[in-house]
Amino acid sequence: MSYCRKLGPNEKDLVIFATKEDHEVPSSITLPEPDPQPGLILPNGNINWNCPCLGGMATGPCGIEFRNAFSCFHYSKEEPKGTDCFELFKTMQTCMQQYPTLYNKDLGDDDELNEALDERKNTMAELKNTMDESKNTTDEFKITSDNKEKKT
Amino acid sequence: MYRIFKIVNGITYTTHRNVDLLHLEGWYRLTTAQRYFSKKGGKTPQNANSKECSADAGDFCKRPPVDCNPPGQKRLPVFSECPAPNAMDQLPKPQCPYKEYDAQQKKSYFKVLIVGAIVFLVSVAAVIKSQSPSKKDKPKNKRRIKQVMKLPPKSSEIPPAVPYLLIGGGTASFSAFRAIKSAEPEAKILVISNENNFPHMRPPLSKELWFSPDDSAVKDLKFKQWNGTERSLYYEPDDFYESCKHLMQNPKGGVAVAKGWVVTHIDVTGKRAFLDDGYAVCYDKCLIATGSSPKNLDIFEKASPALKERITLFREIFDFQDLHDIVRNSESIAIIGGGFLGSELACALARKGKDAGLQMTQIFKESGNMGKILPEYLSLWTTEQVIKEGVNVVRHAEVTGIKLDNKKVQINLSNGQSVSVDHIVVAIGVTPNTSLAEKSELEVDPELGGYLVNTELQARSDLYIAGDCSCFYDTKLGRRRVEHHDHAVVSGRLAGENMAGANKPYWHQSMFWSDLGPDLGYEAIGIVDSSLPTVGIFAKATPKDNPQAVVSATDEGIRSTTEELVSEECDTHIRGDPEQRKFLEKVKREQQSAGNKGDDYGKGVIFYLRDDVVVGILLWNVFNRMNVARQVLKDERKYDDLNEVAKLFNIHQEE
Repeated sequence: MSYCRKLGPNEKDLVIFATKEDHEVPSSITLPEPDPQPGLILPNGNINWNCPCLGGMATGPCGIEFRNAFSCFHYSKEEPKGTDCFELFKTMQTCMQQYPTLYNKDLGDDDELNEALDERKNTMAELKNTMDESKNTTDEFKITSDNKEKKT
Repeated sequence: MYRIFKIVNGITYTTHRNVDLLHLEGWYRLTTAQRYFSKKGGKTPQNANSKECSADAGDFCKRPPVDCNPPGQKRLPVFSECPAPNAMDQLPKPQCPYKEYDAQQKKSYFKVLIVGAIVFLVSVAAVIKSQSPSKKDKPKNKRRIKQVMKLPPKSSEIPPAVPYLLIGGGTASFSAFRAIKSAEPEAKILVISNENNFPHMRPPLSKELWFSPDDSAVKDLKFKQWNGTERSLYYEPDDFYESCKHLMQNPKGGVAVAKGWVVTHIDVTGKRAFLDDGYAVCYDKCLIATGSSPKNLDIFEKASPALKERITLFREIFDFQDLHDIVRNSESIAIIGGGFLGSELACALARKGKDAGLQMTQIFKESGNMGKILPEYLSLWTTEQVIKEGVNVVRHAEVTGIKLDNKKVQINLSNGQSVSVDHIVVAIGVTPNTSLAEKSELEVDPELGGYLVNTELQARSDLYIAGDCSCFYDTKLGRRRVEHHDHAVVSGRLAGENMAGANKPYWHQSMFWSDLGPDLGYEAIGIVDSSLPTVGIFAKATPKDNPQAVVSATDEGIRSTTEELVSEECDTHIRGDPEQRKFLEKVKREQQSAGNKGDDYGKGVIFYLRDDVVVGILLWNVFNRMNVARQVLKDERKYDDLNEVAKLFNIHQEE
């Protein structure tokens, strides 16, 4: 059985101890639609360059190269997807090699187009995963979401 | 070293002088040696050139010789004795002219000097080297010294005109440049920060950074996230940033940070910001995100320098590193303040110093931890948890005085108690940094503090304010100023987007969170103020969790215990003094709450109401429900039964 009491100055604070059984009865309240939480891809299909899931990729010293390559891949109509973006990915890699502390992944190995694209695809998949995760969490930087999910 | 050279120089000087003196003429210039011999009576090494002597020399020699020993007479001391041959005269005379002789002498002296100096230097170096390890052990009690370095050192290396100027190098500024760069990939952004460090996050400074078992965190500033991965306090590595010098030349744009520089004022109409050396930077769009500075107590501000050495105002990376050293070398630390920072640090330090036997004391004037945020009953319950973490909590107390007493700092409190500790940490809140306002003719909110801005975070044309120092208009909740990390993120991003032309209003509510030890954490959104009426719905503990909790209490039962607490006799006294009555009522309530041991506020959701509308929600040990809270806030509705709303938060779910 749930119970209730009044506490605090002028008894302004109401405290309810609710039993599990009581709260298992569905709520009579319906809430408004949640605010759209933009992920990596916006509802209109455009890329959200301010998505926290991108970290500093789109804003760093190779941000422009990354954006060109990623846009090309995203809008690519080739089959398999992105085969027309090799040059752009190569430019991006050349740039990233200049900043090993920023882009610490070993980017020099995959010269082959397919390899490059496979890696990008994986990156895309990773990004999408991150995006989905970030959709669930409300706040932006990892530090915030860390705390949220810490106890789960 | 300098002293040594001085001495050496002195020696050479006097040696040269002595040489010269020998050749000086005149009676008044007696050398020490001459004086010595004259006193001994006679055998003065004769100065052959002495004027007196040379004048009489002829007569003296022509006089008949004096009989020195007349027969039958007592030997008398004679004034003028027969001249004895001077040994000095028999010395071989220099064959060369004097100057050459002197030069030769000097040369040899110089050689001796050089050899002496080398020997001396070597021995000094050896001494220093042998002593240095013991010096390394010593600085135990020496505190770190804070130095702000200007980088670039000269303002001429800072571009005189930039499209985007961000004043302040904290979280809001970081969030803003990320938003600007996202909207405008080639943007050139200059950040002017008065700090030594690149933009970084502050929350871990009072939480995660203290939890690492070793001291590596102090140096590399990395901490473990909830998922076990490590991350740096810095938002971006150093290589992310462009140099100030090359910012304007880079066709791809970039973000440059001028560190250690202070903006003194802004010419808002002329769109220029002035640095502390008078250098002007013109901008197209400017953001002020200067954050806030820790408050201090008057008593501490007026304390002697020796006492001030023992007081820390906690805010920056430097303060964290400094306090880390202090914790290692202290037996006892007191924290003044019962808010977020004070409570977090008290718990973190108690845990850190547990094995070393560190005694933690937390002193504040409220009746419980987080007293301005949590409703009273929950605040009191939280204090119990803080005490369980090993903190000695002193409530209802303010500092009335401090003094140094036998190497400890004695803190006298308003409740008559006194506490002796090695160090004091002041965590009594912050004041927004609005020093630019007056000279730049910007308006500051008289009540809430902070620069006044509209819903788009705009103070004037092309001038935006974000973070702690921004007093903005929230279309849902009214005028506000928020001092939280997530607000810096949210408002910084909004300002950045608007600077790049988005013209968006403030719509996304920021949240905040806090952790007190590993078993207590909470998140909140909206206006969370303990003076508002609240409705808290908690998961009733099952018999398995807490056997006592199932002993159900009724409203009636509690009233009866309340009445017992103040006897009739007491009541008449209390009635006379309203202040005392107030205080006793407070204590009474506390006893009452403490008496309800069966209540376990383990998990729940608390609604804060203003005119019966939910304006704030606090999730107590309940995680991943912030989206639901946002929806409830957005609804702006009066709910008849908040228990029904609480059902949506699924507070019974196992985390």
